[in-house]
Amino acid sequence: MYKMLKGNEASAYAAMLASVDVIPAYPITPSTLFPEKISQFLANNEMDAAFIPVESEHSAMSAAIGASATGARVMTATSSQGLAYMHEMLPIASGMRMPIVMAIGNRALSAPLNIWNDQQDSISERDSGWLQFYAENNQEVLDLILLAFKISENKNVLLPSMVCMDAFLLTHVMEPVEVPEKQSVMDFVGKKEINYPIVDVNKPATLGSFAGPDYYTEFRYQVSKAMEGSVSVIDHAFAEFSKKFKRHYSRVEAYKAEDAEFLYISMGSISGTIKEAVDILRENGVKAGLLRIITFRPFPSDILKKYLAKNVKVAVIDRNVVPGAENSALSTELKAMLYCEKEKAEVKDVIIGLGGRDVTIDNIKDIYYSYEKNKEPVIWLQLKKELVEVMP
Amino acid sequence: MVLEKGASVLDAGSTSKEETGSWRTLTPKINYEKCIRCDVCWTYCPEPAIEKVDGSNKPVPYKQLAKKEIPQINYSYCKGCGICVNECPVKAIDFERMVK
Repeated sequence: MYKMLKGNEASAYAAMLASVDVIPAYPITPSTLFPEKISQFLANNEMDAAFIPVESEHSAMSAAIGASATGARVMTATSSQGLAYMHEMLPIASGMRMPIVMAIGNRALSAPLNIWNDQQDSISERDSGWLQFYAENNQEVLDLILLAFKISENKNVLLPSMVCMDAFLLTHVMEPVEVPEKQSVMDFVGKKEINYPIVDVNKPATLGSFAGPDYYTEFRYQVSKAMEGSVSVIDHAFAEFSKKFKRHYSRVEAYKAEDAEFLYISMGSISGTIKEAVDILRENGVKAGLLRIITFRPFPSDILKKYLAKNVKVAVIDRNVVPGAENSALSTELKAMLYCEKEKAEVKDVIIGLGGRDVTIDNIKDIYYSYEKNKEPVIWLQLKKELVEVMP
Repeated sequence: MVLEKGASVLDAGSTSKEETGSWRTLTPKINYEKCIRCDVCWTYCPEPAIEKVDGSNKPVPYKQLAKKEIPQINYSYCKGCGICVNECPVKAIDFERMVK
């Protein structure tokens, strides 16, 4: 059945359909609508779950870990400073191998205070051991959350997942979303299997224990290997999903990329704008294309290499800044990936759409037309130069 | 042994497998010629790394103590915290630097 849903509502529907048991959440713009919608479901008896109104995001993630350690299916949502406040608990969730799913409304980090969209918050949690999915639209938000439960809870993965949606552009924009039947979702996601040690009085165990220098490395290795191993689990889950629900996902969506000589690389909702721009460029005889990364973690090197280990020009749309580094996060990753390849793409890093600045089709076309004349490796495309003092 | 995912420990007694003797910087040594077998060190050892064993072949300060059990430090677990050194009422425990 189709419903008009905002991104946050789509994630709440996903929680309901997947029969989530526990939802500890603390509201923060632009994710507040998630706990709001969940509360509504609970008040209307449309959902049977424990909602824990905690006093902070740090507590939200702590409660999520605790609940997950009892074997419950757990979901929460946050954004920006809230995610940053959770930071301490994130590697504990992944290190303890708790398959929690979290919806992220991607919002800029303070200071200056800004509630609008870029991807700095989740990018900053890159190394936390969480899988990261980036949605382009609200249908994907719902689908990816269902997929995230299935993938995270797989006994060969057992790592938590973030499903990221752009602030306001998705969290607060209504789109028609096909909401699947509860039964078909349960057939797909399944009842949560308890395939990890849990808190159980009949079977006492120590969870998340201490590990000194003798063992710590091995636990980190396990997490790293689980992330690597999640690739095949993801591919398998995507294939099963498309058979069941007739919607097709891949770790990288290739849009007109097969014969492209100029490729955009992006994550999230900006990709819709880029697709429009690619169409216009194609009408004007430019062989443009787009690679949209859905799984930033695990990084889909195997797929990207097929398109990038050759002589093409690439503009990476980075909606984050890594001060002090040569490039922003996504470009850094791509360049590292291509380093050992004999033939490789020319990669330029385009910083755009920070703190909610609108990105237009013209901006995207501009990236192509100014590509050659921009000599710097990092292009601050929308920078208002007159407003900043530039160092000599 | 394969480590349980997420650093979980499913069976009791795991700490007995984790030998902590390598943490030690200074090493307590019991001088049995002074030791009055009062077991204060045995009581205070937080590890516990002090065991009571047969001591009939060890020297004694008083011959009445000859048949009593003696405290003996298990160096596989002694972390060298020095609490026994501090608590010993007759200063029978020396804290020595050992070269490994």
